[in-house]
Parts: sequence; C-alpha cells; structure tokens
Amino acid sequence: MWKRNRSWLWPTIFILPAVILFGVVIVWSSLQSLWISLHQWDGLGPKVWVGIDNYRELFRDPQFFTALKNNVIWLVMFMLAPPLGLAIALLVNQKIAGMRFAKSLFFTPLVLASVAVGVVFTWVYTPRFGLLALAYSAFGAEAPALLSDPDLVTFAIVGAALWPQIAFCMILYLAGLNNLSEELIGAGRVDGAKGWDMLRHVVLPQLKEVTFIAIAITAIGALRSFDMISVMTQGGPFGSSSVLAYEMYEQSIFSYRFGYGAAIAAVLFVIMLVFIGWYLSRIMRAEDLR
Amino acid sequence: MYPRPIPETAKGARFTYGAFVWVILLLWLAPLFAIFLTSARTAEDIAAGNLWGIPTEIGLVDNYIGVFQLTPMTSYYWNSILMTVPSVILVLALSTLAGFVLSKYRFPGNMLLFGIFIGGNFLPAQIMMIPVRNLMVNLGVYDTVWALVIFHVAFQTGFATLFMRNFIAALPRELFEAARAEGCSPMQILVHVVFPLVRPALAALAILTFTFIWNDYFWAVVLTISDSVKPVTAGLASLRGQYYSAWNLLSAATVIVAIPPVVLFFFMQRHFVSGLTMGAVKG
Repeated sequence: MWKRNRSWLWPTIFILPAVILFGVVIVWSSLQSLWISLHQWDGLGPKVWVGIDNYRELFRDPQFFTALKNNVIWLVMFMLAPPLGLAIALLVNQKIAGMRFAKSLFFTPLVLASVAVGVVFTWVYTPRFGLLALAYSAFGAEAPALLSDPDLVTFAIVGAALWPQIAFCMILYLAGLNNLSEELIGAGRVDGAKGWDMLRHVVLPQLKEVTFIAIAITAIGALRSFDMISVMTQGGPFGSSSVLAYEMYEQSIFSYRFGYGAAIAAVLFVIMLVFIGWYLSRIMRAEDLR
Repeated sequence: MYPRPIPETAKGARFTYGAFVWVILLLWLAPLFAIFLTSARTAEDIAAGNLWGIPTEIGLVDNYIGVFQLTPMTSYYWNSILMTVPSVILVLALSTLAGFVLSKYRFPGNMLLFGIFIGGNFLPAQIMMIPVRNLMVNLGVYDTVWALVIFHVAFQTGFATLFMRNFIAALPRELFEAARAEGCSPMQILVHVVFPLVRPALAALAILTFTFIWNDYFWAVVLTISDSVKPVTAGLASLRGQYYSAWNLLSAATVIVAIPPVVLFFFMQRHFVSGLTMGAVKG
C-alpha cells in the first residue's frame, strides 16, 4: 500500500506546506477582503451586511478621486523608469577600468529600504537646508517647499520613488544587453546603422521581452506605492498626496472603517488586475512554448 | 556588443568616458552623500545652517552612538534579525520542496498552482491587510515578531517557489531519470540529486528574500505596534516622527538601517543580480 502510493505521496507531502501557507495567508485572505468590503465593520464588533453601499459611498467621496488621480500620476510618471534605466544601462555597458564598481554603485538605491529612501529624500527636499535648496541657491533662486505644497507634493514623492525603480530597470536592461545577438548588431553596422537608428531598429526589438517586463513590473510598483507616502507626508497636506493604497490603510487603521477600507483595496485590486493579468498571460504563454 | 565598445587603444577616449560616468554617478548618489555627510555633523552645525561647509566639529561617532543610546534602535535591530533570519531559512526550505514537485511531477492543476504562486506575488498588500491582521490576532501572535515571520514566509514562498521551479526545471533531465532507474525514492532524489545542485539558486534566493524582508515596511506597521517588537523600518519611521528636526541623528539612523542589505549586496552582488533578473525575466 505504502509502496504503491509512494509515487504521489511524497510529492504531496513536499508541496503541502507551501500550498497551505500561501493558500491560507495570501489567497484566502485576499478573497475574504472582497467579502468584508460588502459589510460595515469596525474591526471588533459584528459585521453588518451593507451590500455595495461601501462602493457607492466611495464614488461620492472626493478624497477617493484625489487618491485615484494621484495613482494615475504615479503610473504615468513611473513610465520614465524604463527609458532612464535603459539609458544608464547603455552608459555603463562598456569594459573600462572601474566600470564594474561604478555599476554596482548605480544599483545601490535598489537595495535601500524604501523607508530609508523616503527619509533621504525628505532631507533632499527640506526647504532652506536640503540638497534641492542648495541647487536652487546656486542659481540665486529659492527652492519651493515641495512636500507642503498640495499641487507639487505627489510629483516630489514620485521623483524620489523613481530613484530605486530606475536602478531596477537598469539591472533588467543590463541583463538584456548581455544577450543581444552579435550577428544582428554586426549586420546592422555593415548596413551603416549606428547610434539612434541602431538602437531603434536593431537593439530595441531584441529587448522587447525585457521592456515588457520592465513596464509591467514598474506599473504594478507604481500602483502599489505606499511606503514613501507614509514616510514622507502621511498623505498630506490635506490628503493631497494620498493614493488608494494609503487611503485604504488610513480608513482601516485610523478610522476603524474596515469594510470601507476593503472596498478601496478591491478597487485597487481591479485596476492592478489589468497589469497582473497581462503579465501572467505573457509568462504563461512563454511557459507553453518551452 | 552595443553600444560600440570604446577601443582598448584609445586611452584618452576611455579616460574621458570613465570620468563622464563618474560625474553622472556622483549626481545619482548625491542624496546618499548628503545623508551620510549630515550623519557626521553636530546638531549645532545643522541648527546654524552649516550643512555643506566644513564641520566645526566631527559628530560622526557621537551621532551613531547616540542613535543606539537615545532611541530603541538596538531593539529594532534585534527584532529585524529575529524576524528575517528564520523567515529566509523557512522560505528556502518550503520553496525548494514545492519547486521540485512543480517542476518534476505532472499532475492536474500543476500550471494553475504555478499561476497562483506567481499571481499572488503581485497582489497589492492592502487587499490582504485586514484578514491577515485578524488572522494574526486570532493566532495570538499580533504584535510579536512571529506575525511578521508567518506572513513573510507565506508571501515570499510564492516568489521563491516559482524561482526554484524554474531553476530545477532547467537541470538536466538525465540526472533524474538515472536516479529513478536506480530505484531512488522521491526523498532520495531530493537529498542526493536536487539539494547539491540548487546551492547557487539558494544563495541568490537567500540574499533576495533577506533584502525584501529586511526592507519591508508595510507589514511592519500593520502587524506590530510596540517599540519592543518593531523592526528597523517601522522604527526608523517612528524616529522620523519623533526626531523630525534632529537630522544628524535621523541620518545616522537611516544609514544604520540601510547597512545590512547594502553590505550583503556588495559581497554577494553576482547572486543578487542573477537572482533578480532570473526571478523577473523568466517568471
């Protein structure tokens, strides 16, 4: 009996811990959240079924639209990361003494905790004293107080968040540049292509896969943003730098509106699903071809 | 190679190019230099606005010792270690087992499981926040390091499993066939064939998961509230609220928080980069 079943018994035992843990903590929790979003709940007392009332309220809440608008700003501005990452990758893709060391220094922002990046950039943006103020005063101008200006604050935070994101895209592109086909490049050179033409017609088509991954992961990263906002402004001033992820946290933890918070998370999830689905379908298709 | 390599012979061109790269790098890392310089200044210098000139007094040692004496940084640090090390070990163990099964056994639902593991990685943390928080409360581990360990092991196992699956799938098929022909049980295959071969992947995975878990902030603030439990990231954020004008101390604390992943990265850079690209590029 034992022997006969051995062929599936061991594999099942091997995979079970991972499946149970991931299934309960990640998958089940996410589904449960959707259920909670249909209730009014303070986190302690009984849940009261309210149907889609939370969602209805959401679409009348101006703060929700501020957060949504900021999510869009994040998404659009984050799209600078792939081209800038590619630019740095091209810059350092040379075999010159010291280049390896320079490369690893370029990576550094990526391994910093985002809280640390948040603190560093808060210091950079500090009026009068910060690095930015210094740069402005070099031209005899005065730096704007970025983090306390409702119109500029989101742009300032995204600027800070781009720092590690660019480094990430740069790593992807460096790996991609390593796998370029020498023959195609050589053929391109024979045909007289160079510089911009070579990049557009010979190199970029070969980097298509990397570009897809860079864009997908950057988009998901933009929508996920929470840490920097929490550390730099806590959504302020007056909620002007909030995004859905932060709004959800604030409604749940500070206002004890768990159902409402879950509804915000659900909306964020639906938006992200577009990118997650896109990414997954590409990965799975590549998997089928293998 | 693209861009066209700068020829070995053109000394001048190589030098100019190198200098150009370092200028860009200097600008790129300027925020980091700024925070490092600030961490070496005294509070008086900062109050007097002497931020970029020559420090009147070097406060470097005082500031760094100050962080540990004036703030609960020692406790934050210890908590981070206590949370990260067991999490990494457990993630490696679980993902090797699951990755082995997913790559070497055919069963219905294999691809679905694989898809769920990948997809789970990209879920927004907020969507599971409330239920995970409740789960930890119900398990009686809320506001302990264990809550963080349980969550991080579960979450990172998703990414780590697909990573190990891809790695093991790429190992030569003949090895497994030979082992099976010899009558090896799955357990023996795992111990004698898989383990010795996956070491490089485990190294890459270990450093990646270490960095992810050490740097996590969201779950640190959601699952802990006491200073005696908070890891460094949540600790740094609360210091930022408390010492918002003591930039010399805050900068030193930031540097202290950043050190472990940065040092690890510089020592095991090859693994880190290969892990990151393999994790992202192949799945």
